[in-house]
Amino acid sequence: MNARILPYLLILPVTLFLGVFFLYPFVLVAQQAFSTGGGFTLDNFRDVVSYWKFPISLKNTLLLAALVVPVQLALSLLMATMVSRMQRGRDMVLYIWTIPLGISDLAAGIIWLAIFEQSGFLNSMMSGLGVIDRPVNFLSYQHPGIVFLAIALAEIWRATAIMLVILVAGIGLIPKEYYEAAEVFGASRWKQFLRITLPMLRPSLQTALILRVVLAFEVFAVVAALGGTLFPVLMGEIYSYQFDLQNNGAAAALALIVLAISIGFTLIILRVLRVPKGATI
Amino acid sequence: MTNAVAIAAPTGSTRKAGNYVYVASIVLLCAWVIVPLYFLFINTLSSPEAVNSFPKSFIPEFDLGSLTFFAGFNGMLTALKNSVLVAGMTMVLSIVIGAPAGYALSRFDFRGKEVFRMLVLLTRAFPLPLLALPLAVLFIRTGLDDTAFGLALVHTTLAIPFAVLITFSLFSGIPVELEEAAWTLGCTRFTAFTKVILPLILPGITASAIFAFVISWNEVFAAAVLTIENRTLPAFLLQTLGEAPLHLKFAGGFILVVPALIFIFAVRKYLFAMWGIANR
Repeated sequence: MNARILPYLLILPVTLFLGVFFLYPFVLVAQQAFSTGGGFTLDNFRDVVSYWKFPISLKNTLLLAALVVPVQLALSLLMATMVSRMQRGRDMVLYIWTIPLGISDLAAGIIWLAIFEQSGFLNSMMSGLGVIDRPVNFLSYQHPGIVFLAIALAEIWRATAIMLVILVAGIGLIPKEYYEAAEVFGASRWKQFLRITLPMLRPSLQTALILRVVLAFEVFAVVAALGGTLFPVLMGEIYSYQFDLQNNGAAAALALIVLAISIGFTLIILRVLRVPKGATI
Repeated sequence: MTNAVAIAAPTGSTRKAGNYVYVASIVLLCAWVIVPLYFLFINTLSSPEAVNSFPKSFIPEFDLGSLTFFAGFNGMLTALKNSVLVAGMTMVLSIVIGAPAGYALSRFDFRGKEVFRMLVLLTRAFPLPLLALPLAVLFIRTGLDDTAFGLALVHTTLAIPFAVLITFSLFSGIPVELEEAAWTLGCTRFTAFTKVILPLILPGITASAIFAFVISWNEVFAAAVLTIENRTLPAFLLQTLGEAPLHLKFAGGFILVVPALIFIFAVRKYLFAMWGIANR
């Protein structure tokens, strides 16, 4: 076969598929959002934004992302650097640390439900230690702080692994000579981390953060399992517009808002962590 | 030189203390991952009465009551079957569609390559489950609504960027010279691929297929939006979250977690290789 046409033939299936199931749905979602049966209108957006739950769910989603993502970044950096100087048991530790990668957000929510529910392990532990007399219903409207904490912990537990994998792969690409040179000049481990690891890791950090931040705005099932209606988030609102209220237009409008926020943050991360041309390893 | 080394190397006792902290934090972080899983494990392997009682025992009683209840719960086994079906289709679709593109990216320089790479990378920077919303309408028109195949198509969109990038990194790891040698020995491009490249690449392809399976197996939002009667396990569990008894939730969560554990173990060798290249 002709070597000039072949590559195009090979990428054709993916291109067609993404065209139909990725690009086209964007057109459709925009269409749905900007119409209410008649012509062009902003009514859906007005409805969605003026609904009393919108500010709360937006605030909750952003707050959760603002707490979870930095913790995960720090944790995954710590874990990745710890693994990189490990000699024995590296595979074992990495397997354990990446287990949550394969666990769905719903399952993670259920796992942390086992800890935080009224007859759960946290209550059992606390009553065993004599801190409380009767089990406390942590996941109720009386304890909004604990509901938030439980959701944040479940998110941190579940989704740190994805960043860890990207960062470990990134650290593996940094030439060892840099560290050896730093060692010769007497740089401490902390200095090496600041001056070599962090700057060289920039492309990986970029990928990890974009992926993680986008996922953080998609938080849905963890919240459904742990908070239910106590902690409204944007994705949950989209779901209830689509299902409970059967309002496709509003669901689409809210989806576009989530999309806009995701793209906005992606651009910010790309800008802040931009890699100078020709500076890749 | 000797001076520098002397400064760099801390004295014996601080190094020892540092080592203890290092090992302890690794153990602690392992526990952080494992202990919540262990709690789920206890709850699953306890009778429904024990799951709902207080205080909890920290040792499982190895009672299959919860799991039997799960298996007997109306619609649960169908949901499980649907999950396997959708994930299986996603796995096949994403490899069949994605692998050729991975090969093209690794072997050819062609115009528009960068644009194509951007398109694939872009899909990862979008909240893809949202695409289920417009597709719900589209699927009703085409008769794909509430079918396993329709959902598998959406899940394939999620899995395809990974399939392309993973296969790209796998193919890049095999020298072109091997293929060229096969050509000079009388193979066509196609037979060289099937006889030389395919056997080498098969374990990696399996790993990326497994990854696609897990992506589909875990997906909740699109599954819940696109299916009504033929719900997958996560969608079914999500729907019953409000009213389901605790032991049903935990048994369901357990069933969701188990395949993931096995799969991550199976693909662990490739996990980092795929991300290393997928990064750039």
